[in-house]
Amino acid sequence: MNFDKELDASGLNCPLPILRTKKALAELAAGQVLKVIATDPGSVKDMQAFAKQTGNELLSSAEEGGKYQFFMKKK
Amino acid sequence: MKKFAIIATKGTLDWAYPPYILASTAAALGYEVQIFFTFYGLQLVRKDTSGLKVSPLGNPGMPMKMPFGPKWFRDINWNIPNVIQANIPGFESLATALMKQTIANNGVATIPELRELCQEAEVKFLACQMTVELFGFEHSDFIDGLDFVGAASFFEFAGESDICMYM
Repeated sequence: MNFDKELDASGLNCPLPILRTKKALAELAAGQVLKVIATDPGSVKDMQAFAKQTGNELLSSAEEGGKYQFFMKKK
Repeated sequence: MKKFAIIATKGTLDWAYPPYILASTAAALGYEVQIFFTFYGLQLVRKDTSGLKVSPLGNPGMPMKMPFGPKWFRDINWNIPNVIQANIPGFESLATALMKQTIANNGVATIPELRELCQEAEVKFLACQMTVELFGFEHSDFIDGLDFVGAASFFEFAGESDICMYM
C-alpha cells in the first residue's frame, strides 16, 4: 500500500503509540496516508478506537512477525 | 468539543500515571482536558519529580518482581511481609528504582515525558492554592503554565464536562 509518512512505534507502550500517531497525522494533509508499526498488542484495538473517535480512516490493520502494521488515512 | 475533567490527589510514582495517561490520550482523541492537582497530587506538577516514589508497604496488589536476570528469576514474586518492609531503611527507594527499571524495560513513558506530552497537547493544569499553602510550597517549586486556583474555578470546567474523574 502506498503511504506518505512512516511512524515506527516499536517497543513503545500505551499511550505512546496513539500519541505519536496523532502527532504524525498532524504533519500530513487531508487524504494522505500514515503507516504505523507497533509492537504493543493493545494498539490493535486502540488504533480502531482512535480512528472511530477522530474520524481518520483506518485503511488496514495486520500482524506480521510479532509486529503490527497500520495504514491510516488522514481526515 | 468533548470535555474531560480530572482531580489528581495522589503523589506517588504509580498513581502519577493514570491522570497523565488518560489526559494525554483524551487530548489526542480531541477532548479538551483539565487536571486539578490537589493535596498530594501537587507532587505531580513539581519541577523536580525525583521525589515521586512507589511504596509496596500495605499494597498487596503490587507484584514484586525483579526487572533483570534470567526469566525464571524475573518470574519470582517476592512476597516480603509488611513487618520486614517497614523495618528496612531505604526499602521504598529500592522498590522505586526497580519499578523505574521495569517501566523502562516495558517501553512505558516516564512521568516528565508524559507530562510534557500533556502540555504539548494543551491539557490545562490547575493547582489548588489552598494545599500549596498548607504544605508550605512556593509557586516557584512548580512547572510553568500552572494556574493556582480554588475549587470554584475547577467547577467552572468540571460542571460542563462530559467525563469527570477523581484519582
